[in-house]
Amino acid sequence: MSELSVPHLLGIKYLTPEDIELIFNTADNFKDVINRPIKKVPSLRDITIANLFFENSTRTKLSFELAEKRLSADVINFSASSSSVKKGETLIDTVNNILSMKVDMVVMRHPNPGASVFLSERVDARIVNAGDGAHEHPTQALLDSYSIRERLGEVKGKRVLIVGDILHSRVALSNIFALQKLGAEVMVCGPRTLMPKYIESLGVRVEYNLDEALKWCDVANMLRIQLERQDIKYFPSLREYTMMYGLTMDRLDRLNRKDLVIMHPGPINRGVEISSEIADSNQAIILDQVENGVAVRMAVLYLLAEQIKHG
Amino acid sequence: MKALKELLNPKQLDLTINRLCYQLIENHNDFSQSVLIGLQPRGSELSKIIHKRLIDIQNNPEINHGLLDVSFYRDDFRRRDTPITVNSTEIKCEIEDKRIILIDDVLYTGRTIRSGMDALMDFGRPKSVEFLVLIDRRFSRQLPIQADYIGRTVDAVASERIKVIWDGDSGHVELNTMEQS
Repeated sequence: MSELSVPHLLGIKYLTPEDIELIFNTADNFKDVINRPIKKVPSLRDITIANLFFENSTRTKLSFELAEKRLSADVINFSASSSSVKKGETLIDTVNNILSMKVDMVVMRHPNPGASVFLSERVDARIVNAGDGAHEHPTQALLDSYSIRERLGEVKGKRVLIVGDILHSRVALSNIFALQKLGAEVMVCGPRTLMPKYIESLGVRVEYNLDEALKWCDVANMLRIQLERQDIKYFPSLREYTMMYGLTMDRLDRLNRKDLVIMHPGPINRGVEISSEIADSNQAIILDQVENGVAVRMAVLYLLAEQIKHG
Repeated sequence: MKALKELLNPKQLDLTINRLCYQLIENHNDFSQSVLIGLQPRGSELSKIIHKRLIDIQNNPEINHGLLDVSFYRDDFRRRDTPITVNSTEIKCEIEDKRIILIDDVLYTGRTIRSGMDALMDFGRPKSVEFLVLIDRRFSRQLPIQADYIGRTVDAVASERIKVIWDGDSGHVELNTMEQS
C-alpha cells in the first residue's frame, strides 16, 4: 500500500494499521533525509501550510514547522494570542480567511476536543490535528510508537505502560489507539482521581501501584502532570505524587528493571514524574522521540499532500 | 492484447553487461575515486550486477556502490494517477569530489535521471557525474539528457513498453506492444 486511507489526520482512531505502517516506512526515508548534509527535499515546494495554534505549544509547533520547511513547503504561522480570535472571530471565519490566501493544508492545535473534525467537515483543505483538548494528539502517538519500533524492532507484542494524568491526556488516548492497532498490550497507571471512568472499556489494563506496573512492562511512557488543565486538586501535593508515581533510579534498581525503555512526550518536569538521573540515562529515548517527531510529521504531511491533485 | 518481442536474450544481456563493465574500466581505472549508484527501484539490480562483475574482473572488493531513491525529487508528485512508492537510499560512502556513475535500466523521457541528479547533489558535490543505461529509448526524450554508456539503443513508440526482467545475476529484455483496437 502506498496511499493513506484518510484525507486528513484527525485522530489515530480513524487510521488503519496499514496506514500507520505506511507512515512509519515513509518516516524511515525522511529520517535518512534529515541526517544528510542537505536536510531537505523539494517534494512540497508548491504546497502552502498554515500552522494554526489556538493553544500554546513549543515543541510540536517547532517540529511541524521544521518538517514543513524540510519538505520545502511554504509556511505561515498563526497563534491565537496575537490574532482576531480575541476580537470575537469564529473558528470557521478565521480559517476561511486564511484559506482565501490559497493555503492547501492546515495544522491545527485547539483547546476544544473535536475542533479538527469540525473543521475538516467545513473547509476545503487537508487538516492535521496537532492536539485537540483532551481528545487526541495523533502525531505524538505516531512518533512514540515509531520510537518504540526503532528501539525494540517492533511494536507488536510489546507491553507498554502509560503513567500519570490519564484523565487530561490526549497523548494517552492517541497512544492507546496507536499501540493497540499495532498489536501492543497497554496498561495505564496513575492516581484514581486522574483515571477516566470506564477506561477499561478501551481494552487497557489499569494498575494503581507503579511498582507492580513497572514489573509488567517493556516500555514506560511517563506523562507530565498537566496542572494547567486541572480545575480542581486531584492529589494532595506534588511531593506525594512523586513518592507514589515518580520514576527514580532507586525504584528501577529495587525492581531490577534497568532494561526498561523510558519515554516522555515532554516537557519534562524533572524531579516530579521522572528523575533527572533517568531522563538523562541511556534507558530514556526522550531525545530520539523529538528527532523522530520531525521525520514522522514529514511522512504525514507528504502522504496527505500526495492526495491533493495538481491543477 | 500484448505482442511480445525479446530485445535481449539472457546470453546477449550477459555480453552487453560485460561490455559495459569493460567500458567503465577503460575510463575509471581502479575505481578508487569512483562510486557506482543504482537508481531505485529499477536500476538497483543492474547496478548490483555491474558492481559484482567489476569486483570479479578487477579482483578489487573495495569498489564503492550505493542505491539512490529519487521519489522526493520527482517532478510528477501529485500529477500521477498512482501514488509514488518510496524506496530506501543506501549511500554509505562520501560522494564529495568523487566520479559518480548513475545506473538505470531504461532511459526514456529523461525525467527520472533529472530527479536523480538533484537527489545526488544533496549528498555533496561530486567531481563528475556519468550515466549508464541498459536500454536507451531514443526519440522519446522530454529533457536534454543523454547517457554516457549505453547497452542497446531501441526505437520504440509511446504505446510500447520495455521491460527488463531479472532472475538472479541473469535476465532478459522484452518489448511489449499494446495493440491498437
